[in-house]
This record gives sequence, C-alpha cells and structure tokens, in this order.
Amino acid sequence: MDSTFETVAEIIASTSDVPIENIKPESHIMKDLGVDSLAFLDIGFEIDQRFSIRMPIEDWMQEVNQGDADSAEYFVVGKLCGRIDDLIANRATVVAAQ
Amino acid sequence: MRLEFFQMLDRVERIDHGSQAIVAHADVPDSSPVFTGHFPGHALMPGVLLLETMAQASGYLLLALDGFSRMPFFASAKEANFRSFVVPGTHLRIEASRIHQGSGYSVTQAKILRDETTVCDAQMMFRTVSFPVPALAAHVQNEGKRLGLLPQG
Repeated sequence: MDSTFETVAEIIASTSDVPIENIKPESHIMKDLGVDSLAFLDIGFEIDQRFSIRMPIEDWMQEVNQGDADSAEYFVVGKLCGRIDDLIANRATVVAAQ
Repeated sequence: MRLEFFQMLDRVERIDHGSQAIVAHADVPDSSPVFTGHFPGHALMPGVLLLETMAQASGYLLLALDGFSRMPFFASAKEANFRSFVVPGTHLRIEASRIHQGSGYSVTQAKILRDETTVCDAQMMFRTVSFPVPALAAHVQNEGKRLGLLPQG
C-alpha cells in the first residue's frame, strides 16, 4: 500500500503542473510548489475522496488568516500528511465506536 | 429562461434532501438578442449558457441543502461535454446532485436533458462562502421564492 506521502504527492502532481520529483515532505504546497487556491480545492477534493475523510480546510484557512497558526502547519506536505493520518485514525475510531 | 438576465431556471420540480439532488426545468426562448450573434441564420443555445444553466441548478441545490446560509460560487467544471445542439424553443430538464461536501466547497454532477436525451453534462465545483453583500443574499432568496424553494412572503 502506498504511504500517505506517496498518495498525496501523486495527487498534487496529477492535479497541478508540479513534477512529482519536486514534491518533498518539506515542500510548502503554495509557497514552494506554486499551487493556487483553486488547484488546492482540486487537491483537497481528491484527498477527501481517496482517504474517505473531510479535511477541515476552512478552519485551517481561518486560523492562518487570523494569525493563530502559520500556514506551514497545514500546507507543508509532510505536516499535511500527518493531519490526514490523524483524520483517518479519528475516522477509524468513530467507526469502531459505532 | 431570460438569457439577458442570466435567469436560466424556470421552475424546480423537486429537491431531494436525502439524495441531495434537484430536478429543474427551463424553456429556451424562441427569440433573444443572444441568437443574433450565435449564430446568424443558425440560432443555437451557447454552450457557456448551458454550462451556466447546470451551474445555477447546482447552485440552488447547494443553497437549499444549506438553508440559503452560504453562497456557492462556481469555481470549476470538469469534463464538460456538449453532446448535441440546443435550438430556440427547446424544453430542457436539468438534473444535478451533490457528490461531495468538502470544507468550504461542494462538488456536483449535473446534466441537461431534452426529452430523455442528455445534451450536456459536467462535474462542477463550487466554493461555498458567506454572502459578501446583503443584496446578493436578497437576490438568491427572491429567486428561491420564485423557484418554489423558499416560502413566499
């Protein structure tokens, strides 16, 4: 099974013009890879679908815009993958509790 | 349809909150300044206006599902297909369903049928945000009333 990073890198590469070899865990999706907000919606949609989760992008953007968090906390690829893993684990916990 | 006013839907047949789907209807007018240029001697409904019609059906679906609390702004269309010509006077049936509700965005699948034939279809993405101005909220609510999505009064 692909790692979360491999899947996310493949999604970013397939929904933007970024070559997959340029996508590193330390890459900032917007600042380093040049992904714009519309392309990020496509990426978010693919991630949501692929992992059966719902990334709280609005909440993240609000925290960043209000200065409560640095955008790197959410939009550096490696950190994003960690949050995806947390959402998957949380989903599994919710399912197990039902 | 009032093409010059971008009023693409005539009525909503139904909204299903369970399946998150809408069925709407529209009649392409027999005449419009749009047809003067598109095309001389060969009037056709422009593909961009068919796309807008699917976007409006999707948009009112999202508005209804969210209680008219957030404005869906058309962000992108994927694999939009225009399968046959639509001429003045054609009755259209528009179907759309929400296939994904993301955080701050939704994705729909929409199509337009003439009789039982699909004339166009697309997957559409919308950003859903707070209304930027009260006038826009008032406009979509008035349209929601006209289409039977909100109670009159």
